[in-house]
Amino acid sequence: MTPASWPCPRPDGTTGAELALAFDDFRRWRLLIVPALFDEANRMRRFTVEVMRRLDNAGVDCFLPDLPGCNESFEPLDHQTPETWQMAMTAAARHFRASHVLGIRGGALFMPAGLPGWRYAPAKGATILRQMMRARILASREAGRVESQEQLLAEGLDNGLELSGYRLGGDFLGAFQSAVPKVAAGVSDIEQGMLGGSGLWLRAEPDEDREQADALAAILAIGIKA
Amino acid sequence: MRQDTEVLLRQILADVLGLKPGQADGFSAETGLFGHLPELDSMAVAGLLTEMEDRLDILIDDDEIDGEMLETFGSLLEFVVTKRTGRTSGDD
Repeated sequence: MTPASWPCPRPDGTTGAELALAFDDFRRWRLLIVPALFDEANRMRRFTVEVMRRLDNAGVDCFLPDLPGCNESFEPLDHQTPETWQMAMTAAARHFRASHVLGIRGGALFMPAGLPGWRYAPAKGATILRQMMRARILASREAGRVESQEQLLAEGLDNGLELSGYRLGGDFLGAFQSAVPKVAAGVSDIEQGMLGGSGLWLRAEPDEDREQADALAAILAIGIKA
Repeated sequence: MRQDTEVLLRQILADVLGLKPGQADGFSAETGLFGHLPELDSMAVAGLLTEMEDRLDILIDDDEIDGEMLETFGSLLEFVVTKRTGRTSGDD
């Protein structure tokens, strides 16, 4: 596994560089993974890489790019919108010559069009946002401040909003709250029940699960080579 | 209904806390949650509430959430049972 750099379009039309974790052996089957978002990204990262290791052993190249503004990215997160993330993942798919795509949780919202693949436990933008706003409301309440989701969202649409340490712009919030994973030809859903056990994004602490990683990698490897 | 709700709530807590099957069976009404378990921070509680809404088919208003309701397994269960009974009181 090596870090790889890929050219990523910026909102102003210029091109920046983002990183991806890559298992690249110039093989025929090449899977792009759009990661889970925000806090869930941290809780799912180890699991995601464990799945990639298994796919590598099964003869599948795989790529886990950073979304601009997240993880190792130097881009400002509050300049991003769902559209810039969609463009970024489309550029990553092109650069790595992906043959298939996997969107994990909220990552399913930003899958490049035209590739066959899977959505693992896809989540709506509104669900992710609601949970992050709730965490902020709870933390504020502990500190003696009263906030509500309506008030946070109204303020956020005008001035941006910081949720769980992520500074999101107003344009992002406006589009993200109504974003739903798109149904596309050749893309099917992998529900949590198919992996056994409970989803690792639910865990209070980042965790791993060998059996779930085996199960997800097996579903992907069989599907990719079918 | 109460028993089903209790089983589901134990399962949700086990999933959020990463407990082994059966480990949440040991929770009693007095078992402390928010403020007692360091891993149950505000982000984890937000996840717990969202999961409860999904799996127990209830809606939780933010102003219903307070320290007391989250303090023990017993108080959380009581909250959920009241929610679910209220919702289905017409058909029971």
